[in-house]
Amino acid sequence: MIEFTDVTKAYSVGNQALRGVSLQIEDGEFAFLVGPSGSGKSTVIKLITGELRPTSGSVHVNGYSLERIRKREIPYLRRTVGVVFQDFRLIETKTVYENVAFAMRVIGAQEKEIRERVPYVLELVGLETKSRRHPNELSGGEQQRLAIARALVNNPSTIIADEPTGNLDPARSLEIMSLLQEINNLGTTILVVTHELDLVERFEKRVIVLNEGLIVSDGMDGCYSYENQ
Amino acid sequence: MKEGIRGIFLHGFMSFAAVCVTVACLLIVGSFSILTYNVNIMVEDLNKTNEILVYIDTALSDAEAKSVGTQINRIENVQNAVFVSREEALEKFVADHQGDDAFSGVEASDLRHRFVVTLADNELMEQTVATLEGISGVANINAAFELAEGFTTLQKMLQIASLAVITILLVVSLLIISNTVKLSMYDRRDEIAIMKMVGATNGFIRLPFVVEGFTLGMLGAAMAFFLEWLLYNGLIARLEVVDSLKLFSFVPFTELLWPMIATFVATGLFVGVVGSWTSIRKFMDV
Ligand SMILES: Nc1ncnc2c1ncn2[C@@H]1O[C@H](COP(=O)(O)OP(=O)(O)OP(=O)(O)O)[C@@H](O)[C@H]1O
Ligand SMILES: [Mg+2]
Repeated sequence: MIEFTDVTKAYSVGNQALRGVSLQIEDGEFAFLVGPSGSGKSTVIKLITGELRPTSGSVHVNGYSLERIRKREIPYLRRTVGVVFQDFRLIETKTVYENVAFAMRVIGAQEKEIRERVPYVLELVGLETKSRRHPNELSGGEQQRLAIARALVNNPSTIIADEPTGNLDPARSLEIMSLLQEINNLGTTILVVTHELDLVERFEKRVIVLNEGLIVSDGMDGCYSYENQ
Repeated sequence: MKEGIRGIFLHGFMSFAAVCVTVACLLIVGSFSILTYNVNIMVEDLNKTNEILVYIDTALSDAEAKSVGTQINRIENVQNAVFVSREEALEKFVADHQGDDAFSGVEASDLRHRFVVTLADNELMEQTVATLEGISGVANINAAFELAEGFTTLQKMLQIASLAVITILLVVSLLIISNTVKLSMYDRRDEIAIMKMVGATNGFIRLPFVVEGFTLGMLGAAMAFFLEWLLYNGLIARLEVVDSLKLFSFVPFTELLWPMIATFVATGLFVGVVGSWTSIRKFMDV
């Protein structure tokens, strides 16, 4: 579960990225986070992953209190939250298989587990036939699916995607969203940050609208044409 | 582990430089400590034989010469004064220079009666010698205080110089190893970012870089150790040819083996691990 209570975040004095945000995302939910550029969406994500600490207010993520988490606990928090970015962040020198296996290896997984889990995840994202390729031999959509496989492989309870379709054409974007929905159906909480409102409209999901560091709308009713506000 | 070793090959030149500087650093550290050690031993030896030879005027009769002893014993800093007659002195002289043809013609009458004087406090040697010179019947005094002082000065200078040089070189060596590791980390910054993202612990992320620093440090230590050994033995061989008077006495390297190994390993370890650690800390906190 993700819970923000009156969260503010100031990068410096007078530069408030978040100005009192409260929200709650239950386990198993699927939610979109939308808002104009500079409204504080990435800041929300960095607060969830422990990259930043709130200036005031409290942030709870999967049982961890981010405002007082210890440095050495942060890795364990991150194992509960898989992250996907617009720019994929893959290792170019490793194969598809190795990119996914790497994420397991670095948290100390056994080789045996890795050999079982990686093919399963690759099949889930539809890359089972391309496991020996390198990232530069994949299309943009495939690269993003590989990034999702990697985020998924350690079985996190939550997946967060920051503009996952920003680099993709509309058809590929739709595929990625469908894949995330499929993963959500298997029980994983999903939070997707995006600009693409027409894509958001296709999925009848919860939409949280952020503007200038404040939540201006949160619900299933589709009131998120923030461009006009 | 594997990655740490791989990093060394990836940055061949930097690693080479790091090892070279560590070797140079350790060589100088080692040489200075060996030198200091040897000088310390020599100074100790000199202090142990803190004897002064007081020669008696040849105009005095045997009995008169002997009686000068009471005056010598009256001086405060004199611990004890042993009379050595010229005959006894000759015996010892002959024994010391056996087989040395140059001295074969020496007779007892060529030598003088003497007192072997031991001092209570060596620091006051100069004053005591002056007092001894004032006693009538004393012809000449042979004290090694100049040599002793020379060695003590050398000892002090060596200590200061080696401390300074060692500190500077340790810092240089630390900086270079630290930079090599930083380069490695910079190279793999994407991987490090991903590791952090998926929840690898800091210890896990650090390990290969600590291994890299450690390996560099130990490599330097091992090379420096064997070079030092060769150099030292070479130096002794040279000196033995030049220094036929046996003015200097050097300890064989094997006697210093374990302390040297310990010093080199400790320094290599220190430089390697601390060097990588400083880089890692800076890098990981970003
Ligand atoms: N590291 C930083 N230092 C200072 N200010 C920052 C920093 N990161 C973000 N900000 C500021 O905080 C505000 C929110 O930034 P944030 O990155 O959260 O926006 P965003 O909603 O993700 O925008 P975008 O849609 O362009 O990615 C912006 O005004 C931005 O300039
Ligand atoms: Mg952003």
